[in-house]
Amino acid sequence: MPKLTVDGVEVEVPAGSTVLQACEAAGAEVPRFCFHDRLSIAGNCRMCLVEMEKAPKPIASCAFPAGDGMVIHTKSEVARKAQKGTMEFLLINHPLDCPICDQGGECDLQDQAMGYGFHSSRYDENKRAVTDKHMGPLVKTIMTRCIHCTRCVRFSTEIAGVTDMGMLNRGEDAEITTYLEKAIDSELSANVIDLCPVGALTSKPYAFVARPWELKKTETVDVMDAVGSNIRVDARGSEVLRVLPRLHEDVNEEWISDKTRYACDGLKRQRLDRPYVRKDGKLQPASWPEAFAAVAGAMKGVSGGQMAAIAGDTVDAESMYALKRLMGALGSGNIDCRQDGAKIGGGPRAGYVFNTTIAGIERADALLLIGTNPRWEASLVNARIRKRWLQGPISIGMIGAPVDLTYDVEHLGAGPKTLAEVADGSHAFAKVLKDAKRPMLIVGMGALAREDGAAVLAAARKIADDTGMIVAASQDEEGNEVPGWNGFNVLHTAASRVAGLDMGFLPGEGGRDVAGIVAGAKSGDVKLVYLLGADEVDGDFGDAFVVYQGHHGDRGAHGADVILPGAAYTEKDGLYVNTEGRVQMGVSAAFPPGEAREDWKIVRALSEAVGKTLPFTTLDDVRAALRQDHPTFAAIDTIEAAEWGDFGKAGSMDGAPFAYPVDNFYMTDPISRASKTMAECTEAFVLPKRPGDGTGAAATGTDG
Amino acid sequence: MLKDEDRIFTNLYGWFDPSLAGARKRGDWSNTKEILAMSPEDIVEVIKASGLRGRGGAGFPTGLKWSFMPKEVKDKPHYLVVNADESEPGTCKDREIMRHDPHKLIEGCVVGGYAMRASAAYIYIRGEFYNEAAALQRAIDEAYDAGLIGKNACGSGYDFDVFLHRGAGAYICGEETALLESLEGKKGQPRLKPPFPAGVGLYGCPTTVNNVESIAVTPTIMRRGAEWFAGIGRPKNSGPKIFSISGHVNNPCNVEEELGIPLKELIEKHAGGVIGGWDNLLAVIPGGSSVPLMPKSTCDDILMDFDSLREVRSGLGTAAVIVMNKQTDVVKAIARLSAFYKHESCGQCTPCREGTGWMYRVMQRMVRGEADVEEIDTLEEVTRQVEGHTICALGDAAAWPIQGLIRHFRPEMERRIAAHKAGEPVTTTAQAAE
Amino acid sequence: MSTKPIAEAHQQPDSFAWTDDSKAKIATIVAKYPEGRQASAVIPLLDLAQRQHDNWIPLKAIDAIAETLDMPRIRVLEVATFYTMFNLAPVGKWFLQACTTTPCWLRGSDDVMRCIKDKLGLSKNFTSTADGQFTLLEVECLGVCANAPVVQVNDDVYEDLDYDLTAKLIDDLKAGNVPAVGSMAGRRGSMSKDGPTSLVSLKDSDGVPPWFAEKQASAGGDD
Repeated sequence: MPKLTVDGVEVEVPAGSTVLQACEAAGAEVPRFCFHDRLSIAGNCRMCLVEMEKAPKPIASCAFPAGDGMVIHTKSEVARKAQKGTMEFLLINHPLDCPICDQGGECDLQDQAMGYGFHSSRYDENKRAVTDKHMGPLVKTIMTRCIHCTRCVRFSTEIAGVTDMGMLNRGEDAEITTYLEKAIDSELSANVIDLCPVGALTSKPYAFVARPWELKKTETVDVMDAVGSNIRVDARGSEVLRVLPRLHEDVNEEWISDKTRYACDGLKRQRLDRPYVRKDGKLQPASWPEAFAAVAGAMKGVSGGQMAAIAGDTVDAESMYALKRLMGALGSGNIDCRQDGAKIGGGPRAGYVFNTTIAGIERADALLLIGTNPRWEASLVNARIRKRWLQGPISIGMIGAPVDLTYDVEHLGAGPKTLAEVADGSHAFAKVLKDAKRPMLIVGMGALAREDGAAVLAAARKIADDTGMIVAASQDEEGNEVPGWNGFNVLHTAASRVAGLDMGFLPGEGGRDVAGIVAGAKSGDVKLVYLLGADEVDGDFGDAFVVYQGHHGDRGAHGADVILPGAAYTEKDGLYVNTEGRVQMGVSAAFPPGEAREDWKIVRALSEAVGKTLPFTTLDDVRAALRQDHPTFAAIDTIEAAEWGDFGKAGSMDGAPFAYPVDNFYMTDPISRASKTMAECTEAFVLPKRPGDGTGAAATGTDG
Repeated sequence: MLKDEDRIFTNLYGWFDPSLAGARKRGDWSNTKEILAMSPEDIVEVIKASGLRGRGGAGFPTGLKWSFMPKEVKDKPHYLVVNADESEPGTCKDREIMRHDPHKLIEGCVVGGYAMRASAAYIYIRGEFYNEAAALQRAIDEAYDAGLIGKNACGSGYDFDVFLHRGAGAYICGEETALLESLEGKKGQPRLKPPFPAGVGLYGCPTTVNNVESIAVTPTIMRRGAEWFAGIGRPKNSGPKIFSISGHVNNPCNVEEELGIPLKELIEKHAGGVIGGWDNLLAVIPGGSSVPLMPKSTCDDILMDFDSLREVRSGLGTAAVIVMNKQTDVVKAIARLSAFYKHESCGQCTPCREGTGWMYRVMQRMVRGEADVEEIDTLEEVTRQVEGHTICALGDAAAWPIQGLIRHFRPEMERRIAAHKAGEPVTTTAQAAE
Repeated sequence: MSTKPIAEAHQQPDSFAWTDDSKAKIATIVAKYPEGRQASAVIPLLDLAQRQHDNWIPLKAIDAIAETLDMPRIRVLEVATFYTMFNLAPVGKWFLQACTTTPCWLRGSDDVMRCIKDKLGLSKNFTSTADGQFTLLEVECLGVCANAPVVQVNDDVYEDLDYDLTAKLIDDLKAGNVPAVGSMAGRRGSMSKDGPTSLVSLKDSDGVPPWFAEKQASAGGDD
């Protein structure tokens, strides 16, 4: 623990700290551009120069190891001169076009120039002009503004794991670019916009849209996948203009996926902004009372067992809970939150959550991926695996179609046959897992959303049991707590799924699951289907009366008889439980459009219309009831280790290889399907790699 | 003046056979096995005692540098990397060693490599030295064939490889960590220090980077003894040294001389004197382009060694003496160096990437007098803003020539500015008027 | 220097493949570096590709190098654009790299450049004569300062030039009579042109230094 003095303040910092960290510990502010604590140290901007006594020249504090007895001055004449000098150099070739720069108002260069800049320029020569580079549909470049900090290059190389970016040429001709101006082919690409400390890389879809001070900023969570990335939604009036990441070390660190960031333009298109009722075979605009009356009418004479409800992938817990209560009151056990037919839930919680936790991945030393392409199903889980992989040796095996996950993976096989071999210990990888200190597995919906999903789940559970993935917490000889380890993980793709499973939005005794509901609707046994934001159900509902409650005119609404316009995730307060089982609060950032309403309120109003009034008048009432029934919902943003137990159903698995649930990362739900930006990304990144489109690339998913 | 019997590079001019046979005749490889029978520590001590200081520019004591290497080989091999990226303007001495006396270098690699417990030496030669690389590779092949390097080098029981690696045109690769980056297959961008190469060098392994001449003299030091070497020149500035003399002398040449030889003697005895005579001397850059120039008044009696030149705020550098006579447009001569540094900046760190361009542009105007007098001070300040603030020494190297110019030739700069303002001809020197 | 040109799409070949000769050389080159450190060979392979392909490197060769060395293409391109010696667009049969850095300039590199302009019409970097035979690049110090001014033609440096000797060099190249590499003024190495000022006493003894001669004599012969 070196002890050093910074600006007269003595601090002790952990061994291995840098001088910059010591300065921060001492409360001294040191300017910087290239330094970023999640990226490798470049030390190239020279903004963080400080004076170290006995050193012949100022040192780059971001890169210099803190040593015992050092005496550092961050504001001495030497330090200030160095910092101001660097600032002047950074500005001489910078265009100073702040009035037309989208970074204006949130620009590190602008901010630090206030503190370290000269009031006018001494540089009388011509400024450098750099041609802009094409980097794809998301990242706009104004390269003359670039200060060559290489944060973007380091991010894409280190965090995103794609090696498209670099700095060509040298000296003052050095230019950041992508290889032959190819788009940055990463699901995390737009994080470079946040990282860019100047306005060189800005958001293309957001170009010239707003100034930061015009925006109302709301801290909430994302629903584009089951990661539950923490985000900030910036809105002007009722229009969501952009989504930015918010720091959560255990979930998304400070990154978000491009879908999380950019699907938001889909919030403005194809919205259901008023109720509709089908008349004469056509959906006609209606008032709320007319719509509710239509539903009540359809329910007349229909028994509870003839009704069914399916909850979609992005709905909040409260509305699911309200609907579950309503269906219960109507006497229906035909409810399901597993649109994809995944064979999970009902058993112990450990059987359907990501027990290791996302941050816990960093402690694992062996990993088996089963029927999952985390790069597309949960980009930030994938980024965390890559982070772990970069930290040192880890064996990663995968069962499923080979895909490029940005780290080295041993491809073990395509499907259940290989899984069975690992499960019975005959496969070599079983030994790898067994020999590991903290082995883990991730089983994805590609393995579970199939007929033999329960058997697959059981096989995965057996692997977890047999290879030492389940270790209870204990105490060592000295009485110290030794944390347990649970290496069994289910990777969900639906933001609503764990909440649905937690509250038992599942078929009751003798109730129908999604496949049963579809079959029943076709056969006439099910006469009314209630779709709560359910747009991904395979198959149609025959002659059954379909009520669709949701926010987009997507698949679910098309076949509906009544449409009840709901709120998208940015337009309502609501709880979401991510794949880890982490309960997080979504917060409304804007109003739903037109006559659309928050979803729990719609269910509540409908309950009254059908004579089964639910006992809630406020959202707090819903939450209180939900927590009463299901206490896990009370623990916001904490993870309790889930009890291990028996789940899955041992049985025969068929030979079909696992197929990944996501065939286009950029379009997985009604919002992203309505997004123009996501359509552009699909065109730029997904379609060219699909077989049979003339490119000759016989690739699947993220392959290549 | 150095006696011929004390010259190390007896084939400096390529009069004799550069091959192994010729080299053996001149004493190279004669008792390498005996040298390798010494302990590495003892060899380091001999080199320390000889007072040998690095011949590549910085003048750091070679033996001391070697002693920074770990004392035993642990999980990582040690490397000797030879800096043959001779690119400092004015400097052309290593070229002669490599094409005319390559075995001195290769044998030096074995001796130095053994002393630092290295498993291999990589010689990084600048890419433009194509024919020199071919000559050196021939010598390496000969040495392998003769069992002098490779497994059981010289029958010593010591396994040691020597590999030649050609660069591709980047002055910055003469900076030792940029060289390592380049050798690893990257752009030649200097590394942050610490860590230093002796701890984390080539491929993350302990590494020492030495100049060609530094390595090539070590076998002779081992043979003739530290006292012999230390006895040439002055204390802490010992040994013979190859001087490259270019510019306005009658007979530009390379010559091996005693460190501490008076500059005037060096120029007059070996280079045929200043064109137009000693009194026609304007200034000398004594150690390659990176060191500040000296006006004639300093040149008259300055001794050519590390400490003497440092005292007059210049430096021995690579001992590349660039002579400018009174017909020289001295502002243009330095402005051309500013263009050089701008061209050679790697672009990695801000002060150098931006500062070299700034200095270059102002210097171009200074040549024509298109400036205000106050801009000379601004320019000086800009050089101070670059100096000491960069990752590597290229920033300093770009700053110092300008500082030297302003220090010694400010009146000439002011005269040009005044002339330009008055609409009079700015350059009056013979050469510039040509 | 402005950024070096990259050949237009229509100049880029459709493919690039290593010749057998190159493949053999690659094996030798890669073997110099420890296992897993094959990226070290990127400069040698860029050089090899350039030699194989009329002295310039097409983008397909960047791909080939990236594949051969298992490294990202952008890293290969970074290296190719960083170092002066790599051409990414076609150059003439005679690639003139004229040094104009201060030591050469002091010795008359302006005259050399003037001659190149007079004889070939070339004064700008990466411009070529109409017949495509000559391309000019003004370069920085070539490390041959005691023989300044110099021009490097492809691999060979021609030294001690002035206007007339540059003209002779160009004429010779045009005529296909490639002059002997080295001093165009007939000087030997970097020795003073008026004759040696050192080592004279060893000239007749094959450069054998007296101390070694004595040692040999006392040891009674060769080792």
